[in-house]
Amino acid sequence: MRVTCTVNGTSRTADDVWEGESLLYVLRERLGLPGSKNACEQGECGSCTVYLDGTAVCACLVAAGQAAGRDVRTVEGLAPEGDLDPVQRAFLQAGAVQCGFCTPGLIVSVHDLLARVPRPTDPQIREALAGNLCRCTGYEKIMDAVRLAAATASEPGAAAAGPDGAGSR
Amino acid sequence: MDFLTPPTWADALAIRAERPDAVPIAGGTDVMVELNFHRRRPGVLLDLTRIGDLTTWSLDGELLRIGAGVSYTRIIEELGDRLPGLAMAARTVGSPQIRNRGTLGGNLGSASPAGDGHPPLLAADAHVELASVRGTRLVPVDGFFTGPKRSVLAPDELIAAVWVRPADGPEQFSKIGTRNAMVIAVSSFSLALHPGRRAVGTGIGSAAPTPRRATDAELYAAGELPWDTLAALEPGVARRFGELVAEAASPIDDVRGTAAYRRHALAVLARRTLTWAWRDLCG
Repeated sequence: MRVTCTVNGTSRTADDVWEGESLLYVLRERLGLPGSKNACEQGECGSCTVYLDGTAVCACLVAAGQAAGRDVRTVEGLAPEGDLDPVQRAFLQAGAVQCGFCTPGLIVSVHDLLARVPRPTDPQIREALAGNLCRCTGYEKIMDAVRLAAATASEPGAAAAGPDGAGSR
Repeated sequence: MDFLTPPTWADALAIRAERPDAVPIAGGTDVMVELNFHRRRPGVLLDLTRIGDLTTWSLDGELLRIGAGVSYTRIIEELGDRLPGLAMAARTVGSPQIRNRGTLGGNLGSASPAGDGHPPLLAADAHVELASVRGTRLVPVDGFFTGPKRSVLAPDELIAAVWVRPADGPEQFSKIGTRNAMVIAVSSFSLALHPGRRAVGTGIGSAAPTPRRATDAELYAAGELPWDTLAALEPGVARRFGELVAEAASPIDDVRGTAAYRRHALAVLARRTLTWAWRDLCG
């Protein structure tokens, strides 16, 4: 079947989609957007987290046809081409990336958290990230990154700071 | 496989009647796992997410009607004040991503003995609204489950909604698992106090072939609680209540826990939830 949806602001069409296929497969294998990762395929790990009509979901649990006509935003669409979202910068600056496989899902989950709760407490951060598994970092650097992203976003003009703390060029 | 997206409830019921091989899908948190792992190849995937009625809730007289497609996140945010027990259970479901998609209707449709939404619905005397082209019927939730992952849902029926009275007293829910998120209950327990009619509601999860009530425990607590004086709960009453709840279960040994552990845990959960709820009632 053919599935058309808006992905990162652009109307995209995938052909020859199998009726039981997931949105994750469509994004990665048919639309060339490999940012969302495929790990568990059962909603356990959160590495495929994307926005569907503004709500954070596991793309592996959305049937492709359910995304038709809907608005999908992936990790590739959080910042304009060539730029990084403040959450992505904070992950770099805090060293919250090790193997990197869980990172795209975490970035989207943190992006969603900070949009809803600009200054989250530590328990709120842990609760919001409970569905994103990382097997490398032990989460402490990830917690640092979320705190940093929240603090950076609340400082006027600081959102433009690069990963090294210098202004972006 | 066909992927069918009925725009209305009537269309969905017509497809369900014509295609017994149709598998309904809403949040996909159970169905997509089975598809992704090649455990299921239904002839039809019946997508219910375009039917607006399914994702609404309303107060109809004294009863709340919660559409089968309302997500756990919305139950927590929009109904947490009126259905605290169900909201507590909803908070323990999966993760934020799962709660954003998973629905109460899907929980009932899967009919897992471990479904987190079931114990609070049992404790609150909820009813399930089932619909088909033949008509609509209301089934008490304690008559809905017939076995592990089995229910009275007929092949041509869809789950339309849950009917439940807003809490008229304190409610509690407690669940045992290996972590606070992404966990299938080892066992769970829900409690509702109904001080107006001096009754107690219970729901046991993950400790019998189906979710079930602990009727003897309900009657015991209703008779022993000091409703008139609202005096402190006697430890012996809470303990006996826990024993009766444990006796009502018929757990098995499996990968998540042993039968003996489940029974012990239920007694503890029941004693604690009664203690908390009674404290809530007495202020």
